[in-house]
Amino acid sequence: MDDYSETLLDHYNHPRHTGALRKPDVRIVQHNPLCGDSICLDIAVTPKMKIRDVAFTGSGCALSQAGMSLLSEYVIGKSCTALKRISSDDMDMLVGTRVSPGRRTCADLGLAALKRALTDIENKMKK
Amino acid sequence: MTSLATIKKEFPIFQRRVGGKPLVYLDNASTTHKPRSVIAAISDFYTLHNSNIHRGIHTLSEEATELYEETRKATARFINAEVPEEIIFTRNCTESINLVARTWGTTFVRRGDEIIVSALEHHANLVPWQELCREKKAKLLVIPLTAERELDMGAYQKLLSKKTRLVCVTAQSNVLGIRPDIKVIIKKAHDVGAIVLVDGAQSVGHRPTNVQSLGCDFFAFSAHKMLGPTGVGVLYGKYELLEEMPPFMVGGDMVATVEQHKAFYREVPWRFEAGTPNIADVVAFRAALDFLTEVDLEKIDAHDRALWTSAHQMLGTHSRVRTLVSEKCSATSVLPFIIDGVHPHDIATIFNSEGVAIRSGLHCAEPLHARMGIPASARMSFYLYNTPEDIVAADRAIRKIFRIFSTAKVV
Repeated sequence: MDDYSETLLDHYNHPRHTGALRKPDVRIVQHNPLCGDSICLDIAVTPKMKIRDVAFTGSGCALSQAGMSLLSEYVIGKSCTALKRISSDDMDMLVGTRVSPGRRTCADLGLAALKRALTDIENKMKK
Repeated sequence: MTSLATIKKEFPIFQRRVGGKPLVYLDNASTTHKPRSVIAAISDFYTLHNSNIHRGIHTLSEEATELYEETRKATARFINAEVPEEIIFTRNCTESINLVARTWGTTFVRRGDEIIVSALEHHANLVPWQELCREKKAKLLVIPLTAERELDMGAYQKLLSKKTRLVCVTAQSNVLGIRPDIKVIIKKAHDVGAIVLVDGAQSVGHRPTNVQSLGCDFFAFSAHKMLGPTGVGVLYGKYELLEEMPPFMVGGDMVATVEQHKAFYREVPWRFEAGTPNIADVVAFRAALDFLTEVDLEKIDAHDRALWTSAHQMLGTHSRVRTLVSEKCSATSVLPFIIDGVHPHDIATIFNSEGVAIRSGLHCAEPLHARMGIPASARMSFYLYNTPEDIVAADRAIRKIFRIFSTAKVV
């Protein structure tokens, strides 16, 4: 990859859905041990298991932070079941470039947090 | 005589392009490229001499053994070891350091002893000592940095005591390029009866090394950071110390005789080279040593320094760029920097889009980054084939970063 789309840079400079939720159903802290990037992701779901709201804080590179911001917009309103199929390809689509192998963990940091959040939510609902 | 101005021609990799642009390689602290002679030596070995060593009676085995042992002699000459038997071949510098920790360390370090490392160390010269200290209930002490990010020699002096068993220090930081005064460090350690291991990975291919005049007890490095193949590490150890050490790994090749329930080990250094070693790459390493000797390490050092200074000045012209060491410090070859509002990974990605390879991240030195209070850094590192044009390319990449990240992100 070598192009940083305007959308990506816009989300890096002005990330959406930042902060914390007052009553999250789940909170995930995800680190990238390779570079120290981190994301703290809050998710709240509706009784029908759709993503009601998302908020995150984090630090790191443009890909990881803008990626999370773009992902936040993408997931709100979607059902947890549908989101279980989300993949790295979807992250490429969201950030607008084919991410190189060396930057994969950057682009997928938010995705990794989301996947853990979905599993936690699923486990919670089973109880 | 090989001229540094035209030396790039000796390295076939520079014929390739990256993203349509000529390759500019500024990641030499990670690994270096290989001259034609080293590549040919690998091919020659497999084409003409391929055989196992130290055992066969046939011609090929004798040739392979001789070539392998010739590299040991050449390596001893290269760092001025007293005898070739003081040279042990390993897989890499990390293994060389682990060898010392797992043999000398487990034998001679006792509960309550102290091991001193510096704040500059690569994980390779830190984690083995953390483990040894945990195991032996010994104490790990750290030489801090001054404001200029040099080693704090006053603090070092205070850390030394009768309890000090071992001092482990880099000859050149792989993050900051800082070159501690190894000779003084060794002298002071010896004054309290401690021994010294020097991590020479970043320095040995960049300036002359004389282990005898330094007086160091162990000196570890990797062939691949000095034009040689990957998979070859070197451990120099004073013969008297090596003789006292138990084997590292045991099995084939390192034994003198084996009875059903007991084995007797070979003499130094073969005792430390268990199993079939990386013969072809050790043999080819000789070509790298010859190449560096012919070019002249003093010239390489001066060349590195000139490029480093010019790159430092280039970075200084950009107000958003911060170098992590000042122009007046002991650093050379390695130049770390950060850019306000742009993560090092993004810096490296944009450099790559201009065909310029640099490293970004923590460079296997996480505690050092924590100490500096930065999450990561970008690093340019130079070697004999780099040219002033490479710095122009780096400058172009930095200007591109500013076009893309036009305003500093308010964090």
